Amino acid sequence: MHEWALAEGVVAAVSRIAEEQGLKRVTEVTVRIGELQQVDREILIFAIDQLRPPIMRDAKIIVEEAPAKLRCRVCGHSWRFDPKGLEEEVSEAIHFVPEVAHAYLRCPSCGSPDFEVVEGRGIWLASVKGLRGDG
Amino acid sequence: MADPRLEVIDRRLSTIDHIIAVCSGKGGVGKSVVASTLSLLLARRGLEVGLLDLDFTCPATHLILGVGDATPEEERGIVPPSFHGVEYMSLIYYTGERPTPLRGEDVTNAIIEILSVTRWGRLSHLVVDMPPGLGDATLDLMRLIPRMEFLIVTTPSRIAFQTVRRLIELLREADRVILGVLENMVLEPSGRIRGEVEAMGLKYLGSIPFDPKLEEALGDAEALLQTDFAASLNAAVSSLLPD
Repeated sequence: MHEWALAEGVVAAVSRIAEEQGLKRVTEVTVRIGELQQVDREILIFAIDQLRPPIMRDAKIIVEEAPAKLRCRVCGHSWRFDPKGLEEEVSEAIHFVPEVAHAYLRCPSCGSPDFEVVEGRGIWLASVKGLRGDG
Repeated sequence: MADPRLEVIDRRLSTIDHIIAVCSGKGGVGKSVVASTLSLLLARRGLEVGLLDLDFTCPATHLILGVGDATPEEERGIVPPSFHGVEYMSLIYYTGERPTPLRGEDVTNAIIEILSVTRWGRLSHLVVDMPPGLGDATLDLMRLIPRMEFLIVTTPSRIAFQTVRRLIELLREADRVILGVLENMVLEPSGRIRGEVEAMGLKYLGSIPFDPKLEEALGDAEALLQTDFAASLNAAVSSLLPD
């Protein structure tokens, strides 16, 4: 997912949650991103800074990255996704839509494209901390 | 806790008046050609149109329209390029012609990703080419875009229509808008499908005769618009469209 689209989603989700929880001020937001997504942490934080509404004005933004682990459904082999060896075009395609990994990656053991992303696929708003009332 | 992608989908689609899913109960009834040609016909009427290919594992609209080498622009998301006046988005930009086998959860994730990252312009209509059947894509779009309108394609085949019946029943249970049923690839006209559709209280959009010259027009948008197929489709869907 593109960093700016992700930032927009994070800000929208935080605003909604703050309203639902009756928060007057958000103090900390933790975003967990899967490595497969290859999100540029600096761009993401910059984009959130540009988009943050007043309620998030002073919120600390924490970005955690989860390593991408893949497992072959055919032979059961597990391996870690490594973007370093990929061509730039392929890396960018997976960045925008991680599922296209199935067009490029193959199980290193048996060559199958039928693998699952066991960890490190998603983008999650892991926590939103804030203060109720005037605090 | 929350998937940020889901928060932006409505906003991404807020610039679009009508979202039309071209769908069917089974494959091979001409959905992709109908979706592609419909988007060209709408653009020819001067409307702002988009086409989204959600048949990820067997995409075809890029072949039908003859989409060239252009790639989406990156600007706070993905801005789809235009071909023949149609803003066009497909996973094909990222996979090329490589086989891309996807299981259900992957299909769902890819749909959410595409919907949340694509920045459409101001559109009167977004036409969506759906994969066949009642699987993940159909269920996801019913969930993610409740205002989506469904244009159902069948052939005169009893088998094709029986699968369409199931689709209609599913959509009706969920109170979704069904624009009507289009009968494609008709070799010998009969009123059977019309009768069945109308008996279900739905609009029979029309009959499109099998056009043996359609195949050679595929890949050339201008040639496609000159086919008897396009003329029949234009007549069939004109009741749904502004003049």
